[in-house]
Amino acid sequence: MAVTLTTAAADHVQRYIEKRGKGIGLRLGVKTTGCSGLAYKLEFADATQDGDQEFESNGVKVLIDPKSLAYLDGTELDFVKEGLNEGFKFNNPNEKDRCGCGESFNV
Amino acid sequence: MALLQISEPGESPDPHQHRRAVGIDLGTTHSLVATVRSGSAEMILDEGGRALLPSIVRYLPDGAVVVGEAARAEQADDPENTIVSVKRFMGRGVADVAKYGALPYKFRGGAGMVGIETSSGVRSPVQVSAEILKVLRERAERALGGELFGAVVTVPAYFDDSQRQATKDSARLAGLNVLRLLNEPTAAAIAYGLDHRSEGTFAIFDLGGGTFDISILRLTRGVFEVLSTNGDSALGGDDFDMAIATHWRSRHRLADASGRDTRRLLATARQVKEALTTAPEADAHVTLSYGQKLHLHLTRREFQEMTAGLVQKTFAPTRKALRDAGLRVEEVDGVVLVGGATRMPHLQDGVEKLFGKPALKDLDPDQVVALGAAIQANVLAGNRTGDDWLLLDVIPLSLGLETMGGLVERVIPRNSTIPAARAQEFTTFKDGQSAMAIHVVQGERELVADNRSLARFELRGIPPMVAGAARIQVTFQVDADGLLSVSAREKTTGVETSIVVKPSYGLTDDEVARMLQEGFKHAEGDRDARALAEQRVEAEAMLSALGAALAKDGELLTREERGTIDTLMAALDVARGGIHHRAIKAAIEALNEGSEAFATRRMDRAVSGAFSGRTLDEVASK
Repeated sequence: MAVTLTTAAADHVQRYIEKRGKGIGLRLGVKTTGCSGLAYKLEFADATQDGDQEFESNGVKVLIDPKSLAYLDGTELDFVKEGLNEGFKFNNPNEKDRCGCGESFNV
Repeated sequence: MALLQISEPGESPDPHQHRRAVGIDLGTTHSLVATVRSGSAEMILDEGGRALLPSIVRYLPDGAVVVGEAARAEQADDPENTIVSVKRFMGRGVADVAKYGALPYKFRGGAGMVGIETSSGVRSPVQVSAEILKVLRERAERALGGELFGAVVTVPAYFDDSQRQATKDSARLAGLNVLRLLNEPTAAAIAYGLDHRSEGTFAIFDLGGGTFDISILRLTRGVFEVLSTNGDSALGGDDFDMAIATHWRSRHRLADASGRDTRRLLATARQVKEALTTAPEADAHVTLSYGQKLHLHLTRREFQEMTAGLVQKTFAPTRKALRDAGLRVEEVDGVVLVGGATRMPHLQDGVEKLFGKPALKDLDPDQVVALGAAIQANVLAGNRTGDDWLLLDVIPLSLGLETMGGLVERVIPRNSTIPAARAQEFTTFKDGQSAMAIHVVQGERELVADNRSLARFELRGIPPMVAGAARIQVTFQVDADGLLSVSAREKTTGVETSIVVKPSYGLTDDEVARMLQEGFKHAEGDRDARALAEQRVEAEAMLSALGAALAKDGELLTREERGTIDTLMAALDVARGGIHHRAIKAAIEALNEGSEAFATRRMDRAVSGAFSGRTLDEVASK
C-alpha cells in the first residue's frame, strides 16, 4: 500500500506550505460526490487524525484516512502545466472512468 | 482532466463548484492579473512568462487592436493611435484632459467623457481600458481552464464617482463580472496583512506610473480599517521620466521635439531610470526622426539631484494623511512600498528617513495590488469558507448638500468607512413651501460655491405647512464600490424621490487634491464665510417672522414701541447687506431685546385665546 508524489508535485507542495506559513503535510482523500460518484480531496494537513495512514514521498508527509486509501492505493500525485493552466493531477490506477471534465471519477 | 489545487483542511470544493476569481490591477502604465492557487495568491503570467501588461493600446486602420508589449514597441512610430496612460482620461471631460499638457491625441467630445480619435474611429477611455482588461481576462481564462466567475478591479483611493463608474463599465465591456472595486492601497494591505499576519498601523506608500496615494491603515486580527487617505494624483514615475527627458532636451538643445521624438526620449528616459536603480550610471543612444543621433548619459547622482523635488512632493500629502489619522510618525508600525517607482533607491531612502524605519518591500511592488485584489476576489467568490474578516474602506471627500444661504451641510464626512448610509432630517424654510431642491455636493469647503456639484434634484408634493413643520429625511448611501445614491422623503406624507449620482464626469484628480489643500488653507476664511451666511439666514428669518407678527398683532404696540422696533428692523436690514457677521449678530440681538415685550404680549393673547371659553378639563385633555 503506498501513495507517491512526483518531484514536481513535492516541490510545489513544499512551496505552498512555506507560503502558507503552517502545515505538517498533505491530506489526500476521496469523497462521494460529483457526476461520476467520487471526487478527490487535496488539502493542507495541520494535524494527524485517528487511523490516518502516513506516507513520506520526496520529503512530503502524506496523510490518508483508511477508507480513502482503498481507492487511492498506488496513486501518484503529479504537478503539471497545460498551457497556462497548472495544478495537481492524480494518476490513479484504480480509476475506471471519470466524468467529462475530470473533476469526479469512478472505480 | 481538471487540474486540482490544494485546499484548506475540510474545504475541498465539490466538483464543478470551484469558482475562478481573479484580482486585476488596472494601472496607468501597467496592468496585472492574479489569482489564488492552492491557498496562496500568485500572478498569472502570459505565454512569455511576464506578469506586467503595458497599459498601451494601439488602434490600426483596419480596426485591429494591439495591446501591451507589441503596442509599446510601435508607440514611438504611431503616437496618435497608440493610447498610453488611458487611466488618466477615465471619467474625464475635454476640459480636464486639456490640463495634462501637450498630448499626441485628437480629443473629441462635448459635455461627457472625452473620446479619442484613432485610425479605427473615435474610442472612449472606457473602451480603451476594456481592451486591456480583455487581454487579462483571456490570459486568466487560459490559465485557470475556463470562464471566470468574477474579478476584483482596483482603483486609486482618489477616484471619484464617475471614474469608478467608468472603471466598472469598462470591466463589464470586457466581459468581466465585477465582484468589487477595491482601493489600491487597501489591496496592498490585504496582500501584506494576510500573507504576513501582521497587526498594527501601516502607511501604504504607493507611487505608481501616474498617481501617488498614501493611506494609513489599521490592521487588527484580520480586520482592515482605512484611517485616512491622501495623495497627489498628478505625480508618478512618469514625472521622473519627464524630468530626465527635459534635462536631455536642454542639454542637447533640442527645440520642440515632434510627438514621435518626445515618445522616444521618454521611453529612453524610462530605461535609463530603471538601469540607475542598480547601476551608478547609464547610457543610451537615440536616433531622432530627422536623423540626428544622440548619445545620452546620466549618473545616479545627477538623476537624484534633478528629481529630489519630486521625492519631496510626496511628503506633504503623507504628513497630511498622518494628521488626518491622528497619528504621529512614530506611531506607524510599518511602511509598505507599492508601485514600480518605489524601487528608486533615493525614494526609498527618503521614505525611510521620513518614517524613521525601514520600509516593507518583500513583495514585488508592481504586484502587491493585484495579489491583494486576488485574495479579496477569492473571498468574494465564496472559495474560502469560515472567513470572518471584514474590509472597511473610506470615502476620500465629504458628501453633503446645500442648505439655506449657500452653506454645505455634511451628511457623510470624508474618511467615513464604506459601505455607508446616513440620514439627516431637514425642514422647510418658508410657510407653505411645497418643493425642496436637493443639491448634492462633494468637498471640504464650507460654501457650496467652493465645492464640486455632483447632482441636483427636487422633492415635490410637500403638503402646505408652516415653515419648519415638514420633516424631510435625506438619505445618502455609498455602496462598497464608493458609488453614491441619494434619496429624500417627506415623513408625514411619505412622498419620496431619489437619484443615483452619475455625473457625466466628475472631479479631476487635480481638483480633488486642490480641494483638499484649499480646505486646509482656507479653514479660517471659510469659518468666517460660514458665520456670515448663517447670520444672514438668521436675520432674514427674523425679519420675515417679525414682519408677519406685526401685520397680525401690530395693535398690541404703542406708536412709540412700534417706532423702536421699526428702527431696529431697519438697522438689521442694513447690517445683513454687509459682510461683517458680528455686526449682523449684534443687530439681531438688539432687535431680539427690543421686541421681547411685544413677543410676550402676543404669547399672552394666544394663550388666553386658546383657553377662553373652555373648561379646565378640556384644556388638560388636549
